[in-house]
Amino acid sequence: MKLTLKIWRQKNAQAKGQMVTYPIDGIDGDMSFLEMMDVLNNKLISEGEEPVVFDHDCREGICGSCSMFINGEAHGPDRLVTTCQLHMRKFKDGETITIEPFRADGFPVIKDLMVDRSAFDRIQHAGGFISVNTSGNTQDANSIPIEKADADDAFAAATCIGCGACVASCKNASAMLFVSAKVSQFALLPQGQVEATDRVLNMVRQMDEEGFGNCTNTGACEVECPKGISLENIARMNREYLSASLKG
Amino acid sequence: MSGLLKSSIGRKVAMALSGLFLVIFLTQHFVINSTAVIDPDTFNAWSHFMGTNPLVQFALQPVLIFGVVFHFVMGFVLELQNRKARPIKYANYKGGEAAPWTSRNMILSGLVILAFLGLHFYDFWIPEMIHKYVEFAPEDPTRYYAETVHKFESPVRVALYVISFVLLALHLWHGFASTFQSVGFNNAYSKGLSKFAKVWAVAIPVGFILIAVYLHLNQIPH
Repeated sequence: MKLTLKIWRQKNAQAKGQMVTYPIDGIDGDMSFLEMMDVLNNKLISEGEEPVVFDHDCREGICGSCSMFINGEAHGPDRLVTTCQLHMRKFKDGETITIEPFRADGFPVIKDLMVDRSAFDRIQHAGGFISVNTSGNTQDANSIPIEKADADDAFAAATCIGCGACVASCKNASAMLFVSAKVSQFALLPQGQVEATDRVLNMVRQMDEEGFGNCTNTGACEVECPKGISLENIARMNREYLSASLKG
Repeated sequence: MSGLLKSSIGRKVAMALSGLFLVIFLTQHFVINSTAVIDPDTFNAWSHFMGTNPLVQFALQPVLIFGVVFHFVMGFVLELQNRKARPIKYANYKGGEAAPWTSRNMILSGLVILAFLGLHFYDFWIPEMIHKYVEFAPEDPTRYYAETVHKFESPVRVALYVISFVLLALHLWHGFASTFQSVGFNNAYSKGLSKFAKVWAVAIPVGFILIAVYLHLNQIPH
């Protein structure tokens, strides 16, 4: 395949970036998108140019590192996949592909396509955990019976890999799908009840402080989420937040 | 509790509840207006009641005005925050791939509705207020139907009303159905509720359009 890549290049967080065009040839349809980027970077290095910086790690869709906004969509045109799972056969020979970083005030660009998603870590630190004493006499979690439906919903919420595609896709750069998944995975389980009130209040407060936008229920986050996290989680977080606010 | 309206979720719920209040008001407004087509005497009787009842005038009317102003002001505040949340726009953003037009353009449909409210107030509310509380004109309980019909004499005004109602339908198409999600209601009944909200979102504005066109076509000779 022959392609034309239009890629956002930005030297550092302070520099003004711009779209730069790179023609590329010899791309196989069975390559992943990141392998195509590797081919481009090898070419750039061999020509004495600086390679394009992008986040990646596991390359099997579970770490949430890759974060590109490809042809107007987070993780590209395919559904329920991360950029590393996106194959080049999804594109046509001769196509022009635009590649941008995830854009949000809460995700400042570090360099090229790499963005700082530590805002998600700070939201998690604010309440995305349960405090369990690990002194040796901890109760086995499996000994606590949990309704199948609740266990399934909690597990579905816990599949969120925190990639930030929800923020990138939302027209308001809202982080509510991510935060709601992290709230839901505990809200549905007995282990999460002890800190339920503080958890949702603190995580939402942190989310607001990080400069993410407001949810207007467009549903773009759910469509673009590589893990299929449902909007039901946002409704659950809204309920949890209202209930916690009335208690607090 | 005190910080509820400062939080993103609190504001979202406030938008939903004020929107739901306006949905109830619109239903009531439509029911009374529809009597203009069915029976002018009933329309006069209802209009007289709404225009002179102290509870409606001095309790419900201020609450309604507060609801409208609150919904608009909060809508603008949230829109500004949302724009700030993405200072650098995408060169290529396929918003339509993932979210419907109506949900992505609530501010646009809202602005048209705001402009329409200006026209609507100029047409009906301001003359009513002057009539009742500035001129202290004697009340004629039979004046309402004829006054309303004459307002729809101009085809330009009817066209403006029709355009506004189309935008109102688009606004309600997303707004009414998403109210339930905002207040945390998303379960097995949500699909049915959403369908009802979407039917309502089309039916009420279309009803208003039909009333406006009917009154335009059934003018009372001067």
